[in-house]
Amino acid sequence: MQQKSPAIERHTIAVLVDNEAGVLARVIGLFSGRGYNIESLTVAEVDHAAHTSRVTIVTSGTPQVIEQIEAQLGRLVAVHRVHNWTTSAPGIEREMALVKVAGSGEKRVEAMRIGEIFRAHVVDTTHTSFIFEITGAPSKIDNFVELMRPLGLVDVSRTGVAAIARGTEAM
Amino acid sequence: MDKDGNSLTGAPTRDGAIELSGAEMVIRALKDQGVKHIFGYPGGAVLPIYDALFAVEGITHVLCRHEQGATHAAEGYARSTGKPGVVLVTSGPGATNAVTGLTDALMDSIPIVVLTGQVATHLIGNDAFQECDTVGITRPCTKHNWLVKDVNDLSRVIHEAFQIATTGRPGPVVVDIPKDVQFKKGAYVMPDSVRHRTYKPKIEPDLKAIVKAIDLMANAKKPLFYTGGGIINSGPEASRLLRELVKLTGFPITSTLMGLGAYPASEPEWLGMLGMHGSYEANHAMHDCDVLICLGARFDDRVTGAVDKFSPNSKKIHLDIDASQINKNVRVDLPIVADAAHALKEMLHFWKTQRRKVDAPALKEWWREIERWREKKSLAFKNSATIIKPQHAIDRLYALTRGKDVYITTEVGQHQMWAAQRFKFEEPNRWMTSGGLGTMGYGLPAAVGVQMAHPDSLVIDIAGEASVQMTMQEMSTAVQYELPIKIFILNNLYMGMVRQWQQLLHGGRYSHSYSEALPDFVKLADAFGCVGLRADKPDELDDKIREMIAVKRPVLFDCRVDPKENCYPMIPSGAAHNEMILSDADDGSPTEEGKVLV
Repeated sequence: MQQKSPAIERHTIAVLVDNEAGVLARVIGLFSGRGYNIESLTVAEVDHAAHTSRVTIVTSGTPQVIEQIEAQLGRLVAVHRVHNWTTSAPGIEREMALVKVAGSGEKRVEAMRIGEIFRAHVVDTTHTSFIFEITGAPSKIDNFVELMRPLGLVDVSRTGVAAIARGTEAM
Repeated sequence: MDKDGNSLTGAPTRDGAIELSGAEMVIRALKDQGVKHIFGYPGGAVLPIYDALFAVEGITHVLCRHEQGATHAAEGYARSTGKPGVVLVTSGPGATNAVTGLTDALMDSIPIVVLTGQVATHLIGNDAFQECDTVGITRPCTKHNWLVKDVNDLSRVIHEAFQIATTGRPGPVVVDIPKDVQFKKGAYVMPDSVRHRTYKPKIEPDLKAIVKAIDLMANAKKPLFYTGGGIINSGPEASRLLRELVKLTGFPITSTLMGLGAYPASEPEWLGMLGMHGSYEANHAMHDCDVLICLGARFDDRVTGAVDKFSPNSKKIHLDIDASQINKNVRVDLPIVADAAHALKEMLHFWKTQRRKVDAPALKEWWREIERWREKKSLAFKNSATIIKPQHAIDRLYALTRGKDVYITTEVGQHQMWAAQRFKFEEPNRWMTSGGLGTMGYGLPAAVGVQMAHPDSLVIDIAGEASVQMTMQEMSTAVQYELPIKIFILNNLYMGMVRQWQQLLHGGRYSHSYSEALPDFVKLADAFGCVGLRADKPDELDDKIREMIAVKRPVLFDCRVDPKENCYPMIPSGAAHNEMILSDADDGSPTEEGKVLV
């Protein structure tokens, strides 16, 4: 039966699709049309010869909604495979962000120090700013951005999540 | 190939392929797909295809009066034959007018292939005359769609379109073809050379699940079959196997609106339709059963009523060809993803080879309980000698068409529910109605499509005077192609179902549900060049219906019925299956929660 107050869970779902015109619109349209959430979305062609793209979506919903999302994605004609990284054997999730911090004096030094702790690379600098490149789990990037906020955070660009299975298996 | 000697056979290219223009490819592909009828409407962006169609033999083009009509005609054609319906329309408004039919076909899983013209590729995105983003607009209302920019892809895409529309869970597809692609020459490929890369519907059931299912069935004390459109879509074999399984087990059976006819209504196991306007016995059996065997239905909100009170004590088996239907509305205990006929065949096989037996004493007690519900006679109504009751009109229509080769279509509203409750279907593919989308205006063009496929059958659209005006112009189509469809209008002057809900839920404030002005349907019939009949009094009804059946021309039948009659029984919104109201005398006051449900 229906659960009374089902918990909202966050899931990372990978979708392997034929890279044909409009395929991303089909995936996104399914989410908006059925009222599902997209928290992040990453998409790129992963096999140029076979013209397949991998879409990685971070979404949230009740277990029943997550099950529906997987089933509805599987139903799209251009979809090869759907894989839920959250319910299956743990995979590795990574996201990259570019973070711009402006400031001088003690704040600038502190930003640099925290950047080192997070193993962020400085990819651009002026006398009054840095751009950090940081890679990691989304929560690590969240933490980094929060720490930069009082130190002169100006701009953030994030890629969304890419995910892959540990071990020898493909998705 | 073509008797007319036109160029559809084409000249072989160097690699042995056939070279044709895009427009010729369309016609050739339709022929190779076995298409005999197209429902369409010409326009600027499909002129090359219409030109290629001009001299072709073996394909009949039916000129509808509106693209919506063409799509519903194709739906009626598809549903009554099991073959895909084909539609050809132009760009822009041609495509947007087809959207209602596409959505209707998506909701009811009807295979239609809609070919749309598009402005030339170099004009796409320029807001050209009669340009619209057809693939964008139709993406959420098709099973799949394509914009074909290269003529060398065209024949493959059309063959794929037929494959996707007709296999797995059937549905509508759109192929959008720019005008310059229709003129260009390219290589034509045959249907059998097309293999889709990703699309592989699951047809065969998991046999372990089948065995578990018959385990549950054999141990059931209060079993119930609940079947739907999936049985019809699977083909006549699924209906045959279902009948065998029901007879073998002796279990009671109910069905959704879309599944009527899969099991004969005259058989004792038949409980009638279930759901909001379903029979008392079907809904109570649904509420009290301990094993629910859902075959090709999708636990729609019209069927379940309040989901948290739906069949609370049953183990649920759910067979569906579409995995996304499993656990969508109601959590089930045993999902089986497969084609209905394949799964039923295996169920029968294991039931017989494992020598399964039902729990006969429990089943006998269960039938005794069902008989007590049946005694309520929930479809009974108080007849009148002075005014035609709509239920009586349908009963007489049913009685006077017995033994004839009848197909029924409907519009949407009270008349549709009365037809579903009272017209007894013995065979699949005889009942064409808009179930999921609830499209007023579906029935008349659907009747055109059905009659096109079955020229010698008696095709009746049971209509309401409000619905039928939405696609009334298709009477011209019926006249042009000499299709003797019968439009049997239960004319109650109101949008009856809207009026009924306003009475039950909105304090009798009949806001804009009364048609102050209606056409004189008899004169209108005359204007269209068909036959108009009217019945005002119960004592003239039978003669008029006989006259309607005898006339071998299209008929508009204006049956003046009681404007105040309500459709019962009814599960009020938000209520459970065992909280049905049977008449105006019952208190059906809805909860606040129920009011927001449609």
